Amino acid sequence: MQQTVTKMEKCEAKSQVNILEVRNLKKYFPIKSGILQKTTGHIKAVDGINLEVKRGETLGIVGESGCGKSTMGRTLIRLYEPTEGEIIFNGNDITHLSESQLRKLMRKQMQMIFQDPFASLNPRKTLGKILHEPLKTHQLYADNYERSERVAELLETVGLNRSFTNRYPHEFSGGQRQRIGIARALALQPELIIADEAVSALDVSIQAQIINLMEDLQEEFNLTYIFISHDLSVVRHIASRVGVMYLGNLVELANKEDIYIEPLHPYTKALLSAVPMIRKKDLSKRERIVLRGDLPSPSNPPSGCVFHTRCPAKMDICREVIPTFKDCGSSHFVACHLYE
Amino acid sequence: MGQPEQKTTGIFEYKNSSILERKPESISKIMLRKYMKNKLAVFSAIILLLIISAAIFAPIIAPYDPSEQHLLEALSPPGEKYLLGTDDLGRDTLTRLLYGAQVSLIVGFTSVAGSIFIGTVVGAIAGYFGGLIDAILMRFVDVIISFPSLFLLITLVTIFEPSLMTLISVFALFGWTGTARLVRGEFLSLRSREFVLAAKTMGIRSWRIIFSHILPNAMGPIVVSATLGIGGVILAETALSYLGLGIQPPKPSWGNMLQSAQSLKIMIEAWWFTLFPGLMILITVLSFNFVGDGLRDAFDPKINE
Repeated sequence: MQQTVTKMEKCEAKSQVNILEVRNLKKYFPIKSGILQKTTGHIKAVDGINLEVKRGETLGIVGESGCGKSTMGRTLIRLYEPTEGEIIFNGNDITHLSESQLRKLMRKQMQMIFQDPFASLNPRKTLGKILHEPLKTHQLYADNYERSERVAELLETVGLNRSFTNRYPHEFSGGQRQRIGIARALALQPELIIADEAVSALDVSIQAQIINLMEDLQEEFNLTYIFISHDLSVVRHIASRVGVMYLGNLVELANKEDIYIEPLHPYTKALLSAVPMIRKKDLSKRERIVLRGDLPSPSNPPSGCVFHTRCPAKMDICREVIPTFKDCGSSHFVACHLYE
Repeated sequence: MGQPEQKTTGIFEYKNSSILERKPESISKIMLRKYMKNKLAVFSAIILLLIISAAIFAPIIAPYDPSEQHLLEALSPPGEKYLLGTDDLGRDTLTRLLYGAQVSLIVGFTSVAGSIFIGTVVGAIAGYFGGLIDAILMRFVDVIISFPSLFLLITLVTIFEPSLMTLISVFALFGWTGTARLVRGEFLSLRSREFVLAAKTMGIRSWRIIFSHILPNAMGPIVVSATLGIGGVILAETALSYLGLGIQPPKPSWGNMLQSAQSLKIMIEAWWFTLFPGLMILITVLSFNFVGDGLRDAFDPKINE
């Protein structure tokens, strides 16, 4: 009895620090073939991810295309039904909740910023309508007048003119549209925002503006970000912790400095060595690690460590045993047999 | 067109908003501009408007009563008294054409409205939810498509007495499958677009996403297929009436006016009797098709000015 109480207290204390806990999360997409649409295999887009997101931090998730970053983000926000595992948000297990339960427990608190500023806004709705609808759905504010005030305020918050409410998305540039996307994500006053390649489709100068805006908003509204990107330099700028994904698995997770200065996993090392550097001094300091071979198919991932087919430091054990994702001191998690 | 222009409701207007001088160009305005570029479509739209208003005002314009017979003047050629001649019972062709337009257009518009409605709802549900629901609905569509439709129409019209209502219901109940497939396809591609995902992450309800977020973006193909569908239904009505299974005389329809064309003698000796209804059908169906083409271009975002 005593034990359970302390356990519960522990859990509660933990959920004060961690806004989101992910345990062994898997998302498989069935491959169907034939006239009978029989499931003949699975795309293992996300294959067993363990993760904790601390309140107020920015967790960067990096990895190459097709590694499952976006699928993970979309599964966390329950756009996709998880195949296995647990998602605990604010102390509530939201893994298998129905849409109406989600609306009560998490839709308001978790929001998403999307990659493509041209596809993420409904071309047939004015900005006013786009921003007004979530407020109305969740019955926020007393009447339409107050909601319109809030809409105008939101536009100002993201640096747009409050009079833009009856304009259509096609009248805006990519950067402005991304600001609208951010305003929409902010509308419900969320605690956690998942930014899925939020700046990847923008020009570099606009990227900087959007990143700065996101940082200001984080400070102002006490937001937590999961920032998914393939761009290591952008993540280095905005994130406080960084997770590296490879083929549906998180291979390394640590504070930004640890990842960028002292990466442990061979894949992280290879990734970082591919970041272009401008200064000669930096260039001479490091060795370029070129990975051989292609990314294996997520429908048939390699046995043992998923990275063993391309790993420069491969050992015999890597082919057979799946490395555990464990802490190597000072919250530096890595899944690699080199550090067992 | 079809897409009602989204007027700003009062809630988004602000006092003292002098910055709001420039009126933004809405999507519907851009589409109208693109449509205007297609001269043939504009011309066809004008023709159709003329035909539609002629049908509406038939009782005022028509010089005679549609079933009024002047037996002594049967089969008189076009002239001063009868502008487009008379038929074998001495009824004025112009009058009957005007009233026939009413029938053809009513059948065309209402049965297409019905089939578009059924097709859109079925297609939207199948495309949005996918999986088992989709499979069941689409197999049902396949079953309906594999009926030989013209023979089915003939059978049904024979079982239920041929009347305006029967014709419309039969066309509506068997004409929606194409729309259902089309709408399903649109929904399949639109449902994974990011703005739909965004609506989902905000907890907006499924039916609202379907009808308020996705459907307006699928309006283009639906309107185009409706326009082309009206032409098709008018033709089908004509065919049935020609066979004597559609609108029953003395009520005039373009189809049953053509019935007399079954006799070669009449066709040669009283050409006006069959030429004018045939011309009306041709012009109307062609116009609907050209308007459909124009609308398709107007809705196509790839074609820019």
